[in-house]
Amino acid sequence: MSKVKTNMNINAKTSAIGWSFIAIAVIMICAFYFYPMIKALNLSFQSGTGTNLSYVGGDNYARLFKDQTFITALKNTFIFLIIQVPIMIVLAMFISVLLNDSKLKFKGFFRTAIFLPAVTSLVAYSVIFKYLFGNDGLINSLLTNLHLIDAPIQWITDPFWAKITIIIAITWRWTGYNMIFYLSALQNIDNSIYEAARIDGASAFRQFSQITIPLLKPIILFTSITSTIGTLQLFDEVMNITKGGPGNSTMTLSQYIYNLSFKYTPDFGYAATVSYAVVILIVIFSILQFKLAGDKNG
Amino acid sequence: MAKRIFTYVFLSIAAIVSIFPFIWMIISATNKSVDVTKGTLLPGSSLGANWSKIMDQVDLGPALLNSAKISISTTILALLIASLAGYGFEIFRSKAKDVVFNILLLSMMIPFAALMVPLYRMFGTITQNIPAIGINTMTAVVLPSVTTAFLIFFFRQSTKMFPKEMLEAGRIDGLNEIGVFFRIYVPTMKTSYAAAAIITFMSSWNNYLWPLVVLQSPEKRTVPLLISNLGSSYSPDYGVNMLVILIATLPTAIVFFLMQKHFVAGMTGSVK
Repeated sequence: MSKVKTNMNINAKTSAIGWSFIAIAVIMICAFYFYPMIKALNLSFQSGTGTNLSYVGGDNYARLFKDQTFITALKNTFIFLIIQVPIMIVLAMFISVLLNDSKLKFKGFFRTAIFLPAVTSLVAYSVIFKYLFGNDGLINSLLTNLHLIDAPIQWITDPFWAKITIIIAITWRWTGYNMIFYLSALQNIDNSIYEAARIDGASAFRQFSQITIPLLKPIILFTSITSTIGTLQLFDEVMNITKGGPGNSTMTLSQYIYNLSFKYTPDFGYAATVSYAVVILIVIFSILQFKLAGDKNG
Repeated sequence: MAKRIFTYVFLSIAAIVSIFPFIWMIISATNKSVDVTKGTLLPGSSLGANWSKIMDQVDLGPALLNSAKISISTTILALLIASLAGYGFEIFRSKAKDVVFNILLLSMMIPFAALMVPLYRMFGTITQNIPAIGINTMTAVVLPSVTTAFLIFFFRQSTKMFPKEMLEAGRIDGLNEIGVFFRIYVPTMKTSYAAAAIITFMSSWNNYLWPLVVLQSPEKRTVPLLISNLGSSYSPDYGVNMLVILIATLPTAIVFFLMQKHFVAGMTGSVK
């Protein structure tokens, strides 16, 4: 009887010790993630300028559908998503397959060089790209000197080209980062699978599409989810290269939330509503991508 | 053979495109602003002149100091909190704790843009009561970014490989639970700590949006805020700005080249 009791005491004691190890982290995550999200939900039903907020029910959510800037920001985000993420994922996968060749020379150099952009600060590289792609920037001088263009391209100040510039910039920054995940996955694939396929007479393309791609699926899923979430949160590049302009042609959702709260006359309530739209989008995309991957499995 | 050549050509182009902006940054840092706009690709002789302009006109020193203070304190606190938690979740595993762990993981889905407004208002309230940790202070920058579910997850994954008998041996030797953690777990997990430290330091050093919101006076500026401010100028001195960016990128570049293996381990740790 007394033995059972001591056992229980020990269990209760180790359990208490266990909880105390995780306590600070739990408190911090609650204080700086979950509590603010509850506050933001409450805020999203209020409107007004600065601290003069009053409850307006679902008006903010209705406003989203009529708000031209919000719709433009949403459209821009989707353009970036649909064009940039696939280009980058395919590029990262392609480079990693080339790099995974055991007979390749200078492998370390290529890998480090292509990964290097991922180490730079987002702000620093954005400013460098802004200078590179400026009207009198290096890219325009090079293209003019090579007689590829007659007049400088308005990389930053034309609505179409500004989007292209942002896409080029993000692709430059993140391809090497994604490549690392593919490389580490490729290194875990057993070479004997390819040998067996070769003996069976499978072409290089068939080996890639029937062996490599299926085995890389978890990584494809992981990189596309993180890239999608990253694109939905795009801020540093846009803020430092185009400021969302010209007009609102490169405005992203995060930039719009920032502008609503800190640039225009602050409307924290509506800004919170826009944030919730981003959260909902992220949740939908994550579920979608998991579903898609699951269906292909079955 | 053709495939061979294609591989080398393709990888060389990719490598050149990746490195080129860095080389251009270094070349531009040694040139006069006019020469940069003329599209020069040769090193110039204005490095010294650009440097003295930085000394006169740019508050680079204070910004570096602010960034260093913020990044170092964030890294130390983040490693301590996350490793304690990762250890707790794995070593003292229970059903209830696993539920809590999964709830914490949900926080990774929350975009910072959504947290920015309520956090700013929270710190606004704090400012009225305790100005020392409110808006426009280092503490306000550090606190929200110090605990991430990613890092807790990272430490929990690393702890799975940890030989648990070592903990038992420590307990038999008379160490209490805190002693076991600091004397046995921490020293054996050096590589995990190194990887986590690099990732945390880098992201803190490069953090932009939250410091932009919360740090309002110019003397509090961190390096990314300084660069962003220089970058938005209408008549930029390209040579000077490129030198500032170069100097500001050096700490992270050095950390990267010294600890490349740990860096990659820290990044891919989440999917292994």
